[in-house]
Amino acid sequence: MINLTVNGKKKSFKGPAFTRLIDVLREEFRLTGTKEGCGEGECGACTVLLDGEPVNSCLIPACSADGRKVETVESLGAPEKLSRLQESFLRCGGAQCGICTPGMLMSAHSHLKSGGKTDDKSVRTALAGNLCRCTGYQDIVKSVIGAAKKRSRTK
Amino acid sequence: MRGDPRSMTVLSPRSAAEAVALLAKNSGALPLAGGTDLMVIWNLGLLNGKVVVDLSGVAEWKKISVAKTSVKIGSLATHAQIQKHPVIRAKFPLLVSACAEVGAAQIQNRGTLGGNIANASPAGDTFPPLSVYEAVVHCVGPHGKRAVPIHEIFAGVKKTHLKPGELIEAIELPLPLKAPTRALFRKVGTRAAQSISKTMFAGQLWLGKDGTVSDARLSFGSLAPTVKRLRAAERFLNGRKLDAAAAAGAAALLTDDVSPIDDIRSTRVYRLEVSRNLLVQFLEGRQR
Repeated sequence: MINLTVNGKKKSFKGPAFTRLIDVLREEFRLTGTKEGCGEGECGACTVLLDGEPVNSCLIPACSADGRKVETVESLGAPEKLSRLQESFLRCGGAQCGICTPGMLMSAHSHLKSGGKTDDKSVRTALAGNLCRCTGYQDIVKSVIGAAKKRSRTK
Repeated sequence: MRGDPRSMTVLSPRSAAEAVALLAKNSGALPLAGGTDLMVIWNLGLLNGKVVVDLSGVAEWKKISVAKTSVKIGSLATHAQIQKHPVIRAKFPLLVSACAEVGAAQIQNRGTLGGNIANASPAGDTFPPLSVYEAVVHCVGPHGKRAVPIHEIFAGVKKTHLKPGELIEAIELPLPLKAPTRALFRKVGTRAAQSISKTMFAGQLWLGKDGTVSDARLSFGSLAPTVKRLRAAERFLNGRKLDAAAAAGAAALLTDDVSPIDDIRSTRVYRLEVSRNLLVQFLEGRQR
């Protein structure tokens, strides 16, 4: 049995130990916010935080995550109460088709939470493992910087 | 066909000794470190039915330790962990630069130095720095431990000289006696992140007071089946006054040590041209 703390809640998984983390999250725990894009660690759509750090959940078998803390996009906000970062994506047009968005949000969330710099270059580096094939990156970067600004104003 | 988790047998050792014992008992089992290479192949359905030894519980191989004359990086230390280590940042900046250019954050947080070596890609980003730092790979197997210089660990494309049942436990970097006059790591790919290199350079250069070369260590990745030290160019430069002619002379000797090919990422001609330019820029001190 594999034990995980997912979005603050203790969960266990009794299926095959080599099931990918993304499949455990989506199929078993019904947390379908996390998306699968390429399935080979290139696109970052499946990004979740493992012990606070962004990782590709398509490249992690459940056994390797045993006992660890997982955060998915569902931990950020709910439709009726979005997080500051999610609101900023909405306001700045940082999402179009939406497949890359959960991964973008998790990478950006991890970057801002760990006190990462909020200039254009630092944000682009933090999001380098997340590919977007429709909006381009301009508005996504703007969304992240916008959320950081708002955060510092409301502190 | 996709990877089928039900077809897999997972063994989860809790210590290094247990990992070695389990691997010895299960010939053909696949050691799993960060999984950034293995899981890609598994997702394609190419490893179904295999036994995997999941090393994620082997805590002793995740540590980086500093001794008087060397730094030992546990084989399971991640690229992210290596980048943050203060002594590695101070003494082995080219390795830090290389780790920062492996994939992007998600891969750097999972991929390990030992896994990178065991995977033995011709384009392994950390290899040119490990080569110029003259790293030693510490292996452990059913018949004991041995230390292998980095250049003797690679056997070819995706092949190492690790013996059956052998695992990498650490990578040791001797601390430099004297900081180089200049050093450079450059990866050239299609884009900055997530790309596999077309060519990749690491160099360290020590100049005497009179401007002659007292030592040069130059390495390229992606230009041969394994990482290559430019032995001919290094010999040529040693003791020579470093001017434009010397730089051009060293660049002319590039193909004594490397043999790039045409493949999906680049061509032999492009790789040689860019690599010569990188080398000349570095030797003339014009690097960005």
